[in-house]
Amino acid sequence: MLILYLATTILFIISLFTNRKKTKKALKIAFKRFHKILPAFLTMLIFISIVIYIFPQELIIKYLGIGNKYISTLIASLIGSITLMPGFIAFPLAGILRQQSVPYMVLSAFTTTLMLVGIVTFPIEKEYFGVKITIVRNVICFVIAIIVAFVTGIVFGEIGI
Amino acid sequence: MKKILKISLIVLYFLFIGISLIFHFESGEAIGKNFLSFAFSMLKIVPVAFVLIGLFEVWIRKKTIEKHLGDNSSWRGYFWAILLSGTTVGGLYVAFPIAAVLFKKGAKLGVIFTYIGASAVCRIPMAIFEASFLGIKFMLIRLLVSLPLIIISSVIMGNILSKANYEIAER
Repeated sequence: MLILYLATTILFIISLFTNRKKTKKALKIAFKRFHKILPAFLTMLIFISIVIYIFPQELIIKYLGIGNKYISTLIASLIGSITLMPGFIAFPLAGILRQQSVPYMVLSAFTTTLMLVGIVTFPIEKEYFGVKITIVRNVICFVIAIIVAFVTGIVFGEIGI
Repeated sequence: MKKILKISLIVLYFLFIGISLIFHFESGEAIGKNFLSFAFSMLKIVPVAFVLIGLFEVWIRKKTIEKHLGDNSSWRGYFWAILLSGTTVGGLYVAFPIAAVLFKKGAKLGVIFTYIGASAVCRIPMAIFEASFLGIKFMLIRLLVSLPLIIISSVIMGNILSKANYEIAER
């Protein structure tokens, strides 16, 4: 995070000294684009605040830790698709689940869909890509996540072939 | 009509949060707290990302992007897309506006979809986190299986959509 700020500041200063006019234009573009997408961000934040309330961590831990591993994988991939979590929350959570001997396959389905499939980011994605392509991309990525989960299960010897 | 409905739903949401705060209605308070914590973590990244996008747009020539990420970039375009994705921060919500500016500068669709998919699975700080909590083996399997699938599906999607003259909106 610090690197991001540092890099941006340095680039900005270099830009400012090289060409004032261009830098001003860059800021204008930044503001315009940010301003335009802001409503979609607001919608996403509303979605995510509700989704996180419905699926709190305790519930995720409870549901992924029980039952048949195939069903758990499916549930994990669905929860992962619906919710959104930064990596520094998602992976420690996955670590806790692992300690409770939740299979790697389930964890893989959860973390991969979490990152690749975004139902709450739909309002933003559709602004850029349109509804149809947004749906297609998310479906493809869901399938990819399931494949990744199965390969993980095979490699860790959790499912036999 | 659709817009009015949307705005009234948003107003209703904030009204609900506000009333919950006054009357200490637990679920409303929790949702409001979630909203704030996500809003803060995004506000830390998104404006900075947009400044970078702005700088990118004025300083990087279209020719450069066309050459390295465009129609004639061969496999190198995908390589750059994955490298760029490794340094992306935040998540998909940052990758989308970056994808839009790349498209405007002449990157091909297959490369752009690869960038989006890759920025979901192989951001470097996240991969480090993953390896430390779930092991290097877990991380490697995920990367080695998902990346080729992401590239293949992106190429197919890119080819179909370019033929249909599909465009990513600038916003």
